[in-house]
Amino acid sequence: MTDLRESLLPEGWELVVGLEVHVELATTTKLFCGCANRFSSDPNTNVCPVCVGLPGSLPVMNAKAVDFAMRLGRALGCDVKPSVMARKNYFYPDMAKDYQTTQYDQPTSTDGELVLGDGVAIGIERAHIEEDAGKTTHVGGGGRINDAEYSLVDYNRAGVPLVEVVSRPDIRTIDHAKAYVSELRGILLALEVSDAKMEEGSMRVDANVSIRPVGSDELRTRCEIKNINSIRSLGRAIEYEALRHVDLYDSGEAPRQETRHWDEAGGRSTAGRSKEDADDYRYFQEPDLVPLRPSVEDVAAIDAAMPVLPKARRARLSEVSTMSADVIATIVERSQDGLALAAIDAGADADKVLTRIQNDLAVDDWSLVSVESLAGLISMETAGELTATQTKQVLARLVEEGGDPEKIAAQLGFEAMAVNELEGLIDQLIADNPDEWTRFAGGDDGDRKKMQGFFTGQIMKATRGQADGRAVAEILGRRASD
Amino acid sequence: MSAIDIAAAVRTGNRSAVDVLDEHLNRIDERESEIHAFNLVLAEEARVQAEAIDAKVAAGEDPGPLAGVPVALKDNMCTRGIPTTCSSKILEGWIPPYDATVVTRLADAGAVFVGKTNLDEFAMGSSTENSAFGATHNPLDITRVPGGSSGGSAASVAAGFAALGIGSDTGGSVRQPAAFCGVVGMKPTYGAVSRYGLIAFASSLDQIGPFAADVADAATLFDVIAGHDPLDTTSIVDFIPSATASLDLGVEGLRVGVVQELSGGVGSVQGISPDVIARTRVAVEALAAAGAVVDEVSVPSAPLGLSAYYLVAPAEASSNLARYDGVRFGLRVDADTTGEMNTATRTAGFGEEVKRRIMLGTYALSAGYYDAFYGKALKVRTMMLDDFASVYQKFDVLITPTAPTTAFPLGERSADPMTMYVNDVCTIPSNLVGHPGISVPFGVGDDGLPVGVQVLAPATHDAQTFRVGAVLEAAAKEEVTS
Amino acid sequence: MSERITRDEVVHVARLARLRLTDTEIDRFTEQLGDVLNHAADVESLDVGDVSPTSHPLPLVNVVRLDQLVESLDRSELLAQAPFAEAGQFRVPPVLGEEP
Repeated sequence: MTDLRESLLPEGWELVVGLEVHVELATTTKLFCGCANRFSSDPNTNVCPVCVGLPGSLPVMNAKAVDFAMRLGRALGCDVKPSVMARKNYFYPDMAKDYQTTQYDQPTSTDGELVLGDGVAIGIERAHIEEDAGKTTHVGGGGRINDAEYSLVDYNRAGVPLVEVVSRPDIRTIDHAKAYVSELRGILLALEVSDAKMEEGSMRVDANVSIRPVGSDELRTRCEIKNINSIRSLGRAIEYEALRHVDLYDSGEAPRQETRHWDEAGGRSTAGRSKEDADDYRYFQEPDLVPLRPSVEDVAAIDAAMPVLPKARRARLSEVSTMSADVIATIVERSQDGLALAAIDAGADADKVLTRIQNDLAVDDWSLVSVESLAGLISMETAGELTATQTKQVLARLVEEGGDPEKIAAQLGFEAMAVNELEGLIDQLIADNPDEWTRFAGGDDGDRKKMQGFFTGQIMKATRGQADGRAVAEILGRRASD
Repeated sequence: MSAIDIAAAVRTGNRSAVDVLDEHLNRIDERESEIHAFNLVLAEEARVQAEAIDAKVAAGEDPGPLAGVPVALKDNMCTRGIPTTCSSKILEGWIPPYDATVVTRLADAGAVFVGKTNLDEFAMGSSTENSAFGATHNPLDITRVPGGSSGGSAASVAAGFAALGIGSDTGGSVRQPAAFCGVVGMKPTYGAVSRYGLIAFASSLDQIGPFAADVADAATLFDVIAGHDPLDTTSIVDFIPSATASLDLGVEGLRVGVVQELSGGVGSVQGISPDVIARTRVAVEALAAAGAVVDEVSVPSAPLGLSAYYLVAPAEASSNLARYDGVRFGLRVDADTTGEMNTATRTAGFGEEVKRRIMLGTYALSAGYYDAFYGKALKVRTMMLDDFASVYQKFDVLITPTAPTTAFPLGERSADPMTMYVNDVCTIPSNLVGHPGISVPFGVGDDGLPVGVQVLAPATHDAQTFRVGAVLEAAAKEEVTS
Repeated sequence: MSERITRDEVVHVARLARLRLTDTEIDRFTEQLGDVLNHAADVESLDVGDVSPTSHPLPLVNVVRLDQLVESLDRSELLAQAPFAEAGQFRVPPVLGEEP
């Protein structure tokens, strides 16, 4: 599908976007201690000396977090290499140790790519492991950070394992930015390493936005936009920021390199801390931890266990059907491709299966729809035994209660008319309504349309709606040309 | 009574633990006011522990290898429910909610904690004069320093306040005070004793070590506290302590090297007092007389240790001490914003030496200086590891003086930090490379104050240091009696 | 003696470390830190091009723990030590500025 957003920027400017995505790993415990990695609304109940940074505490790496990080790295086509942890030193109350244990110059994964649905590849610079910070709530002053009376800190989230995925600035359109996030989410779900929900904060997206003249390959000053809470916001934030840069350049100025905060309600980004406060993070290797050296066997085992990723799943569907990339992408995103392929395997018409699933299976829970029932239903529709409307109704029943489509159709009284029975009925009607038939067969377009409606209506009345509209039209047409 | 004798007496019921405790508490009553070894004497808690030991003995249960032995614990190790201050105002009154692993092991072994001992604030110092709660005085001459940073634990053993002491050694902080106070002090191989619950100074250098009146007691204590701890990532996995088993092996055929650069030999560092050098030579002769093969040896990078240490240790410390920010525990000095509160708290709570080292460390890590200072110091470490590795091809153990001088007068070195730092020149190299070292008293200097001789061994060869130390101790005793 | 560390650098470093120094302290630290760094010139001037840095004396790698739950701290024991606790959380003065 063409990107309608290509006209976002005025003539001559090109969008340059890189995305940094923080993913919360779905481990049982935190990165460096055995506290539960689970949301709790009761503050400071999932904490211990380690994640609260008490004097004398020491971190011990969670094996599962390392495993998940390596799987993600391989799924993104990265080199998974020996890595070390590092300290990023800065003061902030939600940082229990006033340094974050992260990775700096030797991350777990580097040099991969994420291929979007339309085949465009976005480079992945690196993916590294790090710990999350706690949560600070600002009290008073409407909850806005700058007017607060005081702040409260909860360390339940401190120490939760994260992987930060950093793309190269290869994204050129807003749709690609959104597709990148969706695709990454699909991969995370397929790997089962995260539930990747932006609205819940288990996947956080920061956008690095800059622009440049079309045709140049320079990288101009970029701004990092934070506090983007949905894919829709991502699009709005990138648009706002890019146009802001255009305005600045147009008035002879330039954007400052800074971190900006996205205000969804106000529809704009605002400047964050001034450059004067910019911290020197004084990175050095974390002396309380030791290097991670995955073996060749470790990586091979991960590759061997790699699940089928969204890209491959889309490819499988496009091999067996002629449906558009959009339809296929939607079905894979909803994880309904397995059902589709199985139904197709069982003999149902591929395009019809995908159409039905896309249009009529946009539900949260379709677990009661079995492969056999779907395949059977589609076959009934293809054979003309059920009309489109009837098919939808049977499917809705299957979603709700499961069962057998033939039985349901019978329960609902849906017997599609046999074609010759229908022909017989139509011939009778034609005989009974000669004037109307003359107007249909020989009239102008307007008459034809009106009379088609008349005859169809009569048929429907006679059959109590069980006639297939398309079949009726087809028969009428045939009769008229005889 | 030695610790070994106390434990034997208590285990057999010949003495009660309470009786032993009272004997030591009496000595504390007599001299603590002039020595000030303790931040906190634990008379009540110790009595409860002693009574429990006696009850176990009466019930025929095993009370542990250190049953009833009074132990003095340096006040930078977390004791649950008992204040742990690091001799700093910033932690004054802080009560940890957990025990350090070493504390648990000692308690399980039947030890009785008589008190938390004084130290240089956050273990930064060589004289215990940097304590926020007043200096500790050397029991052998109260106008003199006991050494540091574990001066309180060393003095406790020297004064008979406790049969055993526990300290921490980052640049010599167990061995040097042991030398100054005329007791045995030992620094284990890095990773041999768990650091969990030891309030960190420099993470890649810190090790907990034993103090005792004789080598056999020190070996017994070492065997109790050493061993793998899953809560400490940097803990050696398969370390089996066997110090007591090695005590009677003698030194026949052992290859002993005297480090020229640290013993007044060719290329030696300045400032090692002639009487200390002389005592070291006598010690070496004693080893030769006992059958060791002795020679001089060069460790060319040894003199660089002091500089490298004063870059690495403060750098790690500057990060480890960031958590003292007034948010979660310890001192808070209020202010209008959290940032200002952090500053006000740290300014009021840290003493001058701590501030100096935090500043030095922050500088050494900061942008633009990392490569020249911290980065280079890490390379010096590599050079030292290589030098020691090649030396240990031809030698089994190495000998140096423990400290350049005997105990100096209180206040003598407070004005100029560098004069204090050089105290550690003989001990620092083994911290940087993670090797074990023991200080054994070997006679006195010209001023009648104790001189300590240091035995170094390769990593994990801790038993060798006790083995050689036992021979030196016997020789020193013979010297006195002959 | 050339200036090893300038007064301005001392002020900057103090700010990074959240320490406020008096003028006297700044002067004293400038001199003392300069002394230490002068002494460290033997390290600084070393030609160690080929040597790789050792961050750690121990050659350990791959130390990990199983992803298993361990009991958390009792919140009341933790908050009993907090300078200012409120509603189960740690209360601090207003925090200016976004998290970096």
